[in-house]
Amino acid sequence: MSDRVKIAVRGLKKSFGSKVVLDGVDFDLHEGESLVIIGGSGSGKSVTVKCVLGLMEPDAGSILIDGVEATRLAGAERLGLMHKFGMLFQGAALFDSLPVWENVAFGLIQGKGMNRARARDIAIQKLGAVGLGPEVGMLSPAELSGGMQKRVALARAIAAEPEIIVFDEPTTGLDPIMADVINDLIIKCVKDLGASAISITHDMVSTRKIANRVAMIYKGRIIWSDIAQRIDHSGNQFVDQFIHGRADGPIQMEIRAL
Amino acid sequence: MLDFLASIGRIFILFLQATGRLTLFAVTGISHCFRPPFYPRLIGRQLVDMGYYSLPVVGLTAIFTGMVLALQTHTGFAIGAETAVATVVVVSFTRELGPVIAGLMVAGRIGAATAAEIGTMRVTEQIDALSTLSTNPFKYLVVPRLIAGTIALPLLVFVADIIGMFGGFLVATYTLDYNPRGFIGQMWDTLSTDDVVSGLIKSAVFGFIVALMGCYNGYHSKGGAQGVGSATTYAVVSAAIMILVSDYVLTALFFSS
Ligand SMILES: Nc1ncnc2c1ncn2[C@@H]1O[C@H](COP(=O)(O)OP(=O)(O)O)[C@@H](O)[C@H]1O
Ligand SMILES: [Mg+2]
Repeated sequence: MSDRVKIAVRGLKKSFGSKVVLDGVDFDLHEGESLVIIGGSGSGKSVTVKCVLGLMEPDAGSILIDGVEATRLAGAERLGLMHKFGMLFQGAALFDSLPVWENVAFGLIQGKGMNRARARDIAIQKLGAVGLGPEVGMLSPAELSGGMQKRVALARAIAAEPEIIVFDEPTTGLDPIMADVINDLIIKCVKDLGASAISITHDMVSTRKIANRVAMIYKGRIIWSDIAQRIDHSGNQFVDQFIHGRADGPIQMEIRAL
Repeated sequence: MLDFLASIGRIFILFLQATGRLTLFAVTGISHCFRPPFYPRLIGRQLVDMGYYSLPVVGLTAIFTGMVLALQTHTGFAIGAETAVATVVVVSFTRELGPVIAGLMVAGRIGAATAAEIGTMRVTEQIDALSTLSTNPFKYLVVPRLIAGTIALPLLVFVADIIGMFGGFLVATYTLDYNPRGFIGQMWDTLSTDDVVSGLIKSAVFGFIVALMGCYNGYHSKGGAQGVGSATTYAVVSAAIMILVSDYVLTALFFSS
C-alpha cells in the first residue's frame, strides 16, 4: 500500500426523481489498498461504484481517477479510462450469447484488439486462475451454477490486468464455502496484479477477510471509515449495529415501499 | 375544459420528447455507422439472423399473398381478366406488397427478438459490462443491427417479389387455366425497373425502422422481465405503424413526380 491516491471521490450526489440516493459521498482509494464499502441493501453502494465507473452520471461532485476528473470525460476518453478498471457485477452479467472463454477474453479482443487465438490462451489461463478447467471455456454461461458464473465474471474482470478492480457483492447468494473460495480468489487476484480494489458487500465475514480499509455508507453518505482492524472498536453505533446485524439501533430499516 | 386541454398538452409534450429521443438515437446510430471500430463479424451474424432465417416466413406469406391476389383480381374483373391479373400481381407486388409484407413479418420476427435480447442485456447489466470492457455498447449492439436490417430487408424483398409473382402465376395457370406462356409474357411486359427499385428502396427504409425500433426499445428498457416484455411489444407495434406511415410518405414521394 502506498500513499498515492488512485481514486478520490468528493461530494458525490445522485437522485432518482425525488429520491435522494447519494447525498455527498466522500472517500479515497489508495494504491494497492483493498477498500470495502458496507451498507444495507438499497443504501446506494452500487450507484456509488457505477458513478465512479461512469455507468451513471452523478448530479454533482467530483471523481478524480489518477488525478483526472472523470465526471467530465466522454466518448473515447471515457472508454480509454475503462482500461484501468475491471468490474465484477452483482449478477455476474456474463454475455449469454458468447461461450465462457470469449466472455473472459472479451476485454482483450474488443477492448485491446488482441487476436482471438492469443486472447483465447490467456482466457483459458485466467479460468485456471479462478479454479476452472479449460473445458468450462466451451460452455455457455447459462450452463454454469451461480458460483461458477461469479468465478467466470472474476476471470473476466482480471483478464486485461486492470489497475483497479471493483467487486459488487461478490459473495451474495453463494453458499458459505463458495463465498470463502471467492474471497480467497479476490485476495489472490488483487495481490497477483498489485491492483487496488473496491468491494461492496453486506457480508461481514467477507469484509473482515478482504478489507484493508472499511467505509460504511448510510443515508447517502459515508458515515464512518477506518482501517479494517478497528471495525470492532469503531465507537460508532451505526457500525456496531450493522456488523452485529441487530434489528434495533439507530438504523431503522425502511419497510415502507418508497 | 382547461383540464382537458392541459392533458392534451401534456401528451403532446411527451410525444415530442419521445420523438426527440428516438431521433437522437437514430442520428447517433447512423453517425456511428461511419466511424470505427467496425464489427464485420457481428454484421454478418445479424445478416444471417435477419435475412436468411426470415426467408421461410417471408416466402410463405409472399406465395400465398400472390395466389390470393391472382384469385381476387380474376373474380373482380369479368372482361380482360388475364391482363388485369398479370398487371395487378406484378405491380402491386413489386411496389407495395413485397416490401410491406416482408417489413411487417420481419418487424414481428426481428423487432421482437432484438428488443428482447438488448432489453435483457440492459436489465442484467450486460450493457454496463460492455462499457467496463472498453467496448462502446452502441457500436457493438446497435450499429451492426441497423446496418444488417437496412441490407437484409431489400434482399428479402427481392426474393419475396419473385416468390409472390410465382404464386400468382401458379393460380393463374392451374386454377384459372390461363396460357402459361401468354401469362408470363404479360407479367414480363408489366414488370418495370422503377417499380422494383422503388420497392427495394422502401424496404431498406423499413429494415432500418425495424432494427431501430428493436434496438431503441431494448436499449431503454428497465424494470426486469416485465420491462423487457413491454419493450418487445412497443418495438413490434411501433415498427409496424412506422412502416405503414413511411410507406405512404415514400409512395407519395416516388410517384408524385
Ligand atoms: N436506474 C435506477 N433508477 C431508479 N432508481 C434506482 C436506479 N438504480 C438504483 N436506484 C435506486 O437507488 C437505490 C440504491 O440502489 P443500489 O445502489 O443498487 O443499492 P445497493 O446499496 O443495494 O447496491 C435503490 O433504492 C434503488 O431503488
Ligand atoms: Mg447493489
